[in-house]
Amino acid sequence: MRSIVLLLLFVFVGHQAIAFPQEKIGKEELLVLPGEVGRAGGRLVVSLRGEPKTLNPLIAADARSREVIGVMQADLVHINRATQQTEPALAKSWKISPDGLSYTIVLRRGLKFSDGQPLDADDVLFTFRVYLDENVHAPQRDLLMVGGKPITVRKVDEHTVVFQLAKTYGVGERLFDGLAILPRHLLEKRYEEGKLGQIGSLATAADQWAGLGPFRLKEYVAGQRLVLERNPYYWKSDAQGGRLPYLDELVFLFVPNADAQVLKFQSGETDMISQVGAENFSVLSKQQHGYTMVDAGPGLEYNFLFFNLNDSIEKTSPDIQRKQKWFREVNFRQAVSAAVDREAIVRLVYQGRGAALWGLVAPGNRRWGNEKLPHPARSLDRARTLLKEAGFSWSNGPDGGSTLLDSDGKSVEFSILTSSTNADRAKMAALIQDDLKQLGMRVQVVPLESRSLLDRVTQSRDYDACIMGIASYDADANSDISVWLSSGGLHLWSPSQAHPATSWEAEIDRLIEEQMSARTFEQRKKLYDRAQEILAENQPMIFLASPNILAGAKNSIGNFHPAVLEPYVLWNVEQLYLKNGMENATR
Amino acid sequence: MRVRRTFAKWLVVLGVLHGMVVCAGFFAPYDPVEQDRQSPYLPPMRLHLLDAHGHLHVRPFVYPLRLRESSFDQFEEDTTEPHPVKFFLRGARYRLLGFLPLRMHFFGGENTRIYLLGTDAYGRDQFSRLLFGGQVSLFAGLLGAGVTLFIGWSIGAVAGYYGGWRDSLLMRVAELFLTLPWLYLLFALRAFLPLAVSPLEAFFLITAVLGAVGWARPARLVRGVVLSAKERDFVRAARGFGASNGYLLRRHILPETSSVLLTQAAILIPQYVLAEMTLSFLGLGVPEPVPSWGNLLSGLQQYSVLVSYWWMYLPALAMVPFFLGYLGLASSFEERGAVYKIESRIWGM
Repeated sequence: MRSIVLLLLFVFVGHQAIAFPQEKIGKEELLVLPGEVGRAGGRLVVSLRGEPKTLNPLIAADARSREVIGVMQADLVHINRATQQTEPALAKSWKISPDGLSYTIVLRRGLKFSDGQPLDADDVLFTFRVYLDENVHAPQRDLLMVGGKPITVRKVDEHTVVFQLAKTYGVGERLFDGLAILPRHLLEKRYEEGKLGQIGSLATAADQWAGLGPFRLKEYVAGQRLVLERNPYYWKSDAQGGRLPYLDELVFLFVPNADAQVLKFQSGETDMISQVGAENFSVLSKQQHGYTMVDAGPGLEYNFLFFNLNDSIEKTSPDIQRKQKWFREVNFRQAVSAAVDREAIVRLVYQGRGAALWGLVAPGNRRWGNEKLPHPARSLDRARTLLKEAGFSWSNGPDGGSTLLDSDGKSVEFSILTSSTNADRAKMAALIQDDLKQLGMRVQVVPLESRSLLDRVTQSRDYDACIMGIASYDADANSDISVWLSSGGLHLWSPSQAHPATSWEAEIDRLIEEQMSARTFEQRKKLYDRAQEILAENQPMIFLASPNILAGAKNSIGNFHPAVLEPYVLWNVEQLYLKNGMENATR
Repeated sequence: MRVRRTFAKWLVVLGVLHGMVVCAGFFAPYDPVEQDRQSPYLPPMRLHLLDAHGHLHVRPFVYPLRLRESSFDQFEEDTTEPHPVKFFLRGARYRLLGFLPLRMHFFGGENTRIYLLGTDAYGRDQFSRLLFGGQVSLFAGLLGAGVTLFIGWSIGAVAGYYGGWRDSLLMRVAELFLTLPWLYLLFALRAFLPLAVSPLEAFFLITAVLGAVGWARPARLVRGVVLSAKERDFVRAARGFGASNGYLLRRHILPETSSVLLTQAAILIPQYVLAEMTLSFLGLGVPEPVPSWGNLLSGLQQYSVLVSYWWMYLPALAMVPFFLGYLGLASSFEERGAVYKIESRIWGM
């Protein structure tokens, strides 16, 4: 009898012990990812182009910080980097009201931050309150201003939140991508003290920082590396129900330049490499010992030449004002565009791993490009005709070469700024310099450190022309809004205007803003196409070329699928794993 | 006599090398900034006398290069047709010695371009760039050394001859200059200048900076020579006969410094050429597309170039004979100076 009781007790206890975790998993609504099932364990080492400035999403402005934050934080709705479509993330589902103005988001159950604290609707409310607080100066604030008014957030219950927009917004739920949901329990006190901007340095103690991403902070060695460890509370699982991520550790090595990154990858110190230049790619491809290089195809980066068209007279010197007379001439810009040998840029700069560009939408973005945009071949004759029409003439110089003269008889000379750390753009500049020499323009190339370059273009505005590149962060039209709008900070030829300076800029503003609130893709595409045409007619940006996304990984890395969107190789970091029996698992 | 012969030998070597650089337009087959966009990073072509069929040709010839199949940066010789090297043929316009417009080139190919040292990232002929680059680098060195020696010589002579507070002041300033880290000084100076400087401005700027920075060492050497020379018996005698300071300096003291100056010149010139190369290598020198030796080597900063295109190192090798020539000259100057002094003692007066 006694033994039976004991037995029953055992059974009962045993049953409890088994049932309890099951019940727990039942409560937790994990997101099940399709795809290859991997093996748990191991450590992955990647290099980062220098030290990130912060782990705090509220102040992160540099690409390195964003890359690290990307694997430590999570958003409500996420854009899948491979399909370029939105997917549920922390939000299990969302519903848009018929008028397109309110978004009801239902949170996944059982979500926990990486320190084990549960997440609920209050964390979401807190997050958006912080993002929208003017005193915090979060870079996310601009994104959350729709129709000039901030989005309002309302809690319905523990797991449901309603976002109210002032105006319809075309991209809708894409807005939430990249907006990390913050841990209220760690930040609220600092927020009330007004000290949010000061926290989240890399030296933060691991237990003082938490997120919802696949990895959490473990160790930081100044100047050398940042070590992240697996977040045991992560909310995704693989097809067999195994909790992601597979990797135990993710290590970011701080490697300041591209060549050093190549060397580290070649010697096996790092497991993956991304953003490889074409020349380094061909070096790495030549002898693939234990690793594979992948050309993921055209990306979203567009490189362009632009002239200083700023109106603010008091800031520009008389010399630049004199040159601006040429730059403001549409024919002049069209002529420069016609003279640029884009094919040569693709061949000599990208070794053929890239595409020539005639518009802002890079070929990696298949949905938004305007196919009707003309792709005129290089023609010096057309360039000369355009210049002649605009009153330019040529004089025969002493060397048999001719010099282009403007209508006042002054020779056309200007300088092009490029970033001294970007060899690709410096090469483009050298090619353009030679192209324009054939039109009789005397061009000088001035390499400048990238920070002072940006300062000159956006602040002091003391320059003639400049070559830059921008990589859209998303394959949606709205990701380039600050380039399009005359009030935008990346409207580089004349940034942050109070009123559009020209009628065509005003027209572009109108089209882009209308596009933002249009409801269907077709409507938006039509407006966006027209904006692209206006841009091509006026050539404030002379588009040059777009490089392919080149990456590589050791053969031992499973689920390695580089995407053309940032972060190119770490976008599916939770699914990356080390294959069985590979030697680097222990390293 | 032996000293004189080695001296002449070095002088001839340098003369020939400089002659080639001065007449770069003639010896270089192409314009140094002309881009042949179809052939970036072409390896050097080989000059042949024996063709693929084993026939001997009197005239050297090249085989054009083509891409090896299933590769995009490996080249091989296309041996179907030899292209003979032509001499004294017409080509790109240039100005000999800066004023004589000519089109005659020493060598070249018909229907094909001959790249003796290969091409760079833009398909520019490295051989032509090396010769034209020498014009910039060597003359920046020569001019810079000239400016340095002139300043150093004047200051050294004044300090040594007049002595007293002038000596102390000038020598303390010289010591200050000796302790300056000149490379960083150059960086700082360059940062103050306007953004876009034309190649000519950049050239004179480099020369002026190089010249102004390095005067301290020659000044100290000259001062030492002057100090000892002014106490010589014949100088005292001349002063006793009422010779003026100017006469003494001109007639007796400064001639004594000539061997020091010449030796210094032979040491300083290659040093300054190297300084110009350093600046251009770091992108602070003569701007592209104008070639200079530093610009030629600056491509090697990229790892991919370093490991893939060995011929980009060749300009560095080609500079060795120049430096060797100058240092050889410097050492024979020193020996000759010693001999010359005794000879002039005997026959000079």
